Amino acid sequence: MMLRLNALLALLLLLAGALALIIGPNGISPHLIADWLRGSDPAAAIIIADIRLPRVLAAAAVGGALGICGAALQALTRNPLAEPGILGVSAAATLGATATLYFGLAALSPWILPLGAIAAAAIVTALLAAVAVRTQGMASLILTGVGLSSLAGALMALILNFAPNPFSLSDLVNWTLGSVANRSLSDLAISAPLMLLGALLLLSQRANLSLLSIGEAAASTHGLDGNRTRLFVIAGTGIATGASVALAGAVGFVGIVAPHLVRPWTGHDPGRALLPSAWLGALLLVLADVFVRLLPTDNELRLGVVAALAGAPIFMAIVLRRGRTKHV
Amino acid sequence: MSDPLILDRLTVRATGATLLDAVSATVAPGQLTAVVGPNGAGKSTLLRAIANILPSTGGVRIGDADLKALKPIERARRLAYLPQAHELAWDISVADMVALGRFAFGAVPGRLSAADEAAIAQAMADTGCADLADRAVTSLSGGEQALACLARVLAADTPVLLADEPAAALDPANQYRVMECLAALARNGRTVVVVLHDLSLVAQFADSVLWLGDGRLIAQGPASRAEFERHVPALFARAPGFATDGSNALYFRRDCDS
Repeated sequence: MMLRLNALLALLLLLAGALALIIGPNGISPHLIADWLRGSDPAAAIIIADIRLPRVLAAAAVGGALGICGAALQALTRNPLAEPGILGVSAAATLGATATLYFGLAALSPWILPLGAIAAAAIVTALLAAVAVRTQGMASLILTGVGLSSLAGALMALILNFAPNPFSLSDLVNWTLGSVANRSLSDLAISAPLMLLGALLLLSQRANLSLLSIGEAAASTHGLDGNRTRLFVIAGTGIATGASVALAGAVGFVGIVAPHLVRPWTGHDPGRALLPSAWLGALLLVLADVFVRLLPTDNELRLGVVAALAGAPIFMAIVLRRGRTKHV
Repeated sequence: MSDPLILDRLTVRATGATLLDAVSATVAPGQLTAVVGPNGAGKSTLLRAIANILPSTGGVRIGDADLKALKPIERARRLAYLPQAHELAWDISVADMVALGRFAFGAVPGRLSAADEAAIAQAMADTGCADLADRAVTSLSGGEQALACLARVLAADTPVLLADEPAAALDPANQYRVMECLAALARNGRTVVVVLHDLSLVAQFADSVLWLGDGRLIAQGPASRAEFERHVPALFARAPGFATDGSNALYFRRDCDS
């Protein structure tokens, strides 16, 4: 059952990826791939290998990372509304990334910006995990996330306020919109392995996260090492979210929508939802990126904007439905 | 027969108050031991301290094994604990939730060994929730949830079993079923410790009683009429209208039957 679901989602991702490679401003052009593979057309090589392929891979990697992070945070906090964006992890990572730009540290090494994003994301995830342990209520966790998100937003505003010139201001703002346009394979070479590492850390906790569905106290009497699980999920979420923000800026709601959609097919088991959430998150973001490329706008619509426009209503729908059946 | 559960000056303190005050006792296997006392006496605290959910000082051993020094997974293979409140966050099926009881034995959701399957089926049959297997745990009534959670704990098939008010949410028929099931486990050599408020259940099913008051162990002894007459009036005398003259039929049902 799970194997078939994962295989189906992986296949759909592959098809979406192929579609994304052949769709461009001039419509669908499958011959480009053939030309690129044969090496007969240098222009095709540039379009596919330098422009579209990194973009598709970046969308898939970021979507996958955010999908699995959302699923893991929801399992850890036992809250279907938990997600890196809602809980302020993405905002903190964006702050970490822009801070390295603002202070000129990012120019020292290509690793500085991702590390800044990851460190900030890990700090906020650790704070959230501490809150989740102390207060069992759903509301306090979400409110803490809102508070942390606001704080990160305020610090971002501070940085923007003191931006030395309009160019660096627009550079900084771009980070907050979220996009996978103009990414190179060398950008991916830094971020993708970190996202993979984060995802593997999270996947290693799959069985533990399933067990956590009965509450931490009961889970610990059945053999859960709660501290170890928390540490792995914090580290995994921090690394994967930080790396995804370092690559694409802030892209929200994928982490809520993907786990929400796969849950009925995974028996509502939070551990079993991890991998399918990654596949579906990747699929959603690749398709969303195809969508923004097809829109005939003067300025390209940013991926993060589309994700938020589509994701926020779904988030509201989940809240309202839970409100009817349970006391959130 | 498994090893006895040994408590050595088990103490729990929280924000200045002593919730459990140096409780020392040896709980024998092969018996159903009831923990009895008024609200706030420390009954749940005692079970939670034994299960290592609450930080405590003092020792908890099963035979020679120091429970506090064991890794969580090692501890879970020796001792299972049914909490009073059940926190069920997701719409997982009853069968999947009961299967979580096999975690300490390497069971992974969706991939269970034959031994896991057998333990799960037995536990669900014993608690009468086999018919609920495919229902979402969140759709169950309070009593059904209590039965399903007990099935999860029974599926762990541990030598020591702690249960905090396992019968509180249940109808009389299910109360009887659950207590009979726990008593049968005790007869098979397990160490079974159960917090109970219903003194008629204590009289009917318990072999021995830990009498708790104000966080201290007042006495430990057999569930006999003489012990009831000695401890019940003293522990519960504060309740208005409580019969202290030994005429309260509730806790004398065993004697009434004979």
